[in-house]
Amino acid sequence: MNIYDILFWVLSATAVGCALGVILSRNPVTSVLFLILTFFSISGHYLLMNAQFLAIVNIIVYAGAIMVLFLFVIMLMNLNADVEPQKGQLVQLAGVISGGVLFLVLLAAIKTAVPVTVDKTSIDIGLIANLGKVLFKDYVLPFEISSVLFLSSMVGAVVIGKKEDGVAAKADA
Amino acid sequence: MLLLQIDTALILEKVILISVILMGSLGIAMYATWGERKVAAIMQDRIGPNRAGPLGLLQPLADGLKLFFKEEIIPDRSTRLIFILGPCLAMLTALMTSAVVPWGPDYVTETGRHITFQVADINIGILFVFGVVSLGVYGVMLGGWASNNKFSLLSAIRAASQAISYELAMGLSLIALLMMTGSLSLRDIVEQQHGFWADGYFTWNVFKQPLGFIIFLTCAFAELNRAPFDLPECESELNMGYHQEYSSMKLGFYLFAEYINLFVSSSIIITLYFGGYNFPFMDQVAGAVHPLLFSIICILVLVSKAVGMVLFFMFVRWTLPRFRYDQLMKLGWKSLIPIALINMLITGVVILWIFNK
Repeated sequence: MNIYDILFWVLSATAVGCALGVILSRNPVTSVLFLILTFFSISGHYLLMNAQFLAIVNIIVYAGAIMVLFLFVIMLMNLNADVEPQKGQLVQLAGVISGGVLFLVLLAAIKTAVPVTVDKTSIDIGLIANLGKVLFKDYVLPFEISSVLFLSSMVGAVVIGKKEDGVAAKADA
Repeated sequence: MLLLQIDTALILEKVILISVILMGSLGIAMYATWGERKVAAIMQDRIGPNRAGPLGLLQPLADGLKLFFKEEIIPDRSTRLIFILGPCLAMLTALMTSAVVPWGPDYVTETGRHITFQVADINIGILFVFGVVSLGVYGVMLGGWASNNKFSLLSAIRAASQAISYELAMGLSLIALLMMTGSLSLRDIVEQQHGFWADGYFTWNVFKQPLGFIIFLTCAFAELNRAPFDLPECESELNMGYHQEYSSMKLGFYLFAEYINLFVSSSIIITLYFGGYNFPFMDQVAGAVHPLLFSIICILVLVSKAVGMVLFFMFVRWTLPRFRYDQLMKLGWKSLIPIALINMLITGVVILWIFNK
């Protein structure tokens, strides 16, 4: 049991505990806070694997931006524990069955997976310079295609979010 | 426990450094409140605080004492735990950023031991700052929501959308700078700005990236919720803003975190654009004095530059009127982001064609 193992188990316990907190807490805002903590512990795992860039980007993008927007929507909709919609028995049953099927698929996938050993001694594998070289040399085409995809979804979001001409004209007048 | 053997001298060194930095930022933030009142008073042709001690210098202590003795009120319909968490988060994120600022050059002792005046030199330094800044909004958001007051909620929502909008332009303006430096580590960025003049041009980044600096500074005003972008706490519309329901030291934490943020972000701006602890003729000074004294001079240079930046923030606050909310959004999304993109393009072209890297 060295320091690496201790950190690994502490982080894993935090991640699983907080993930359970997300689905078990009644208040949506508490759920969001637990999800943020889960992201933090996952970032800790990235750090253990020497992927500093991935760790910090995970925090900036997920904890810093996406979760703020989640919180935003929850605050604006004023969701509370007492207005949580109660699902019918049939829907609950369907949920259990589909969850079980997903679990089965995951189990099958994990069973065939080959364990990968991470080289803990090399310290520069996750550095931004190496990551950039890999992205812009070896995987430049998939990288560019995914950025075009992001751009098109951004344009789509702007088009949907834009006021219709009539409404905009009325607002200006 | 053989496996947990750690260099105790290093731990001791870092603990001392962290305590000094924390105490220093708290002290400077304390006197920033006094400074703000004095600056406001001078600019409005008043006298300002002058009762507690000479020149009112004991005023921050008196204010702190007053806040400590105030009654602690937690609203009846608030979400208690998150209500308490809000100011704690605000304070935590304010103090965390200072960990990556390089305060001075290394000091090598006679035994060959390097003492660094930086808590952690991580190779993603500037991204760490970004991560902490993006978390900073939670303190305001959670506090505003948990108060169960519509003014606080409105203010929290304003703060969040303002912070997210200006983070984008801030990041884009920084990319241009990082294209030049080729490193994310704040220590590397500072060392590239050594001295003041080299190879026929200024070494400080503000002279290489003037447009990027202006965008970064504007975004810093918005991220700090300072006038002219202090919409989350604009009294005429929202009473007091997100800390309306807070009293006693919890209110103190919110107000204090703002001033700590002000000092720490000033030192980050200085580190990125104004050469950090570098100053003109530093090589001659380094040759003339004892290395430890030189390190201390460098730290003092950085702190005084940062205090100068804090004063600039104050002058702007008492000069410019507050923006309207739609003007703020328009400025962020329709002006700053396109300008930052153009700046990035220009920087890329210059680096490729002229310097041919």
